[in-house]
Amino acid sequence: MCGIAGLIHRGKAGDIGREMTSMLLSLKHRGPDSTGFALYGTPKGDELVLRFKVAEQEDMRKGFRIHQEVKDRKAEVDRRLAELGARILEQEAATEYAFRYRIAYGGDRRKLADYVEDVDGAEILSLGHGLELIKDLGDATRVADQYGLSGFVGTHAIGHTRMATESDVDIRSAHPYWAYPFADVSVVHNGQLTNYWGKRRELERRGHRFMSNCDSELIAVYLADKMEQGATLEDAMRDSIGELDGVFTYLVATADSLGMAKDTMAAKPMVLYESDDFIGLASEEVAIRSVFPHEIDTFDPYEGEVRVWKSQA
Amino acid sequence: MKQHISHEMGMHTEQLAGRTQQRFFSPEEEENFFYPGSYEVDFNKRAEFDAGPLTATQINLKLRELMSEGYGTIVMKNPGAKHGVAVGILNRLQLYIEGSLGYFGCGLIDGPNVRIKGRVGWSCAENMMAGTVVVEKNAGSTFGAALRGGDLVCMGDVGARTGIDMKGGTIIVGGRTGAFSGFMMQRGRMIILGDAGINLGDSMYDGTIYVGGKIAGLGVDAVPGEMTDLDVAWLKRKLRLYGLEAPNGVENMTKIVAGKQLWNYDNLEPAEKKIVL
Repeated sequence: MCGIAGLIHRGKAGDIGREMTSMLLSLKHRGPDSTGFALYGTPKGDELVLRFKVAEQEDMRKGFRIHQEVKDRKAEVDRRLAELGARILEQEAATEYAFRYRIAYGGDRRKLADYVEDVDGAEILSLGHGLELIKDLGDATRVADQYGLSGFVGTHAIGHTRMATESDVDIRSAHPYWAYPFADVSVVHNGQLTNYWGKRRELERRGHRFMSNCDSELIAVYLADKMEQGATLEDAMRDSIGELDGVFTYLVATADSLGMAKDTMAAKPMVLYESDDFIGLASEEVAIRSVFPHEIDTFDPYEGEVRVWKSQA
Repeated sequence: MKQHISHEMGMHTEQLAGRTQQRFFSPEEEENFFYPGSYEVDFNKRAEFDAGPLTATQINLKLRELMSEGYGTIVMKNPGAKHGVAVGILNRLQLYIEGSLGYFGCGLIDGPNVRIKGRVGWSCAENMMAGTVVVEKNAGSTFGAALRGGDLVCMGDVGARTGIDMKGGTIIVGGRTGAFSGFMMQRGRMIILGDAGINLGDSMYDGTIYVGGKIAGLGVDAVPGEMTDLDVAWLKRKLRLYGLEAPNGVENMTKIVAGKQLWNYDNLEPAEKKIVL
């Protein structure tokens, strides 16, 4: 059934790594297969943050050669980045197979993404000025500890606990999804899309790529396509209510905004807490309570509802 | 000839409503009638406890422990929006919950009077048979699903599919409700003082829905009914019990009932089925 959560601090940065970990841990019972975070930190000039992996977690248990292959794949990614003129300012290895780079790059991001992902086993998890997208198998504590998220400070975040239904238990099928090739756009989703294949073929004909068979990825690519054509985030989300078929509640985040959309059947849950300086959303109120233990007023957004909040930071 | 006042209001007697089933027993049987797990309690014996550090199972066990000791008035503090709290209470009880509940709060109850100071998540009071549950803030979707009896009241707004499959009792919403409220409703009454979402009363078999605000759209086989003096009198009395008022007066509320065109569906010819649907 999956659990989704989102939060945004308005007018200031907050301890979003710890807060989102706490929210997602409260939703563990909705999906124990994998956990994902899209955290929005403070951009540093024109620098980009590139999060990518070169293997799946389970690949690391398949023989000795994989360890050398991972090194070779990373070296190939480095070579291709250099070839495109991207300068690596800093690099960290969160795990043996997942990396975080700060890069200076002013070229075509789609070209960079396509070239990097052409490396065997490579997938860009996120590319943006503020966005850092982390996802892996296990619960929120495990992933947060593994990737050192407890001290992450930023303005807003979305997250997901996944119960695999229609696709595999792997990082590729875990949420959030980066809205390739748009910088700083990510999506988490709870539900099922019933016109997935039709819409996917339509978007593929328009030049978009899909890394998984997960219907949630379609929402990210769909919104990216709309925005590429000039639509605002809110307009793209409103269009999605009529054009995406199925039952869904999804959250989307951009460099400075957090949005939510709910289908016209209102079949998937979402609880909203809204105050002057903080917005919290989750599949269950217990997740919001993990950040705000005192009494607060919450409510369910209605069918077909689209809401967007700005961080104003 | 009308056998009961409710027939004049277009409603049937609610013979499935919880404790009222006892009237089907002979006096001798009634003396022997009891629920396993129900307790004789004294409203004058009062207890309170902090649910904050407890799990949902521990909270429910604590309630049973207190009821088995005869406590009839219990105050629960800090429920923390946990799921499945205060369920399966089968006896009279005054229960005050100072905080919010998660999913399936107060489900399968038969008799207690519950007051919740916060909000409730999805499926509050599902399958409730008798008693009252009053929620002071908002409620999630499927509020009062399969309700069989008693009064379920939310002072604020409620999500989608309110009273889905309800079979008796009364649901009162102080604010608005979402889509598909009263979906497949079979008996009972729903009072919505604010606006109602799309597909109100979709595929309802029987029962009555009163709406004080705007209706975004009626569902299949839900049709306007005629508001009578009896409706008005009943609504006034019911709302007064909970200190609520219709924004434009109960006389101006819209009454929705089943068109009953879906009844005897199996007897219809294929062409007729198409017309009905």
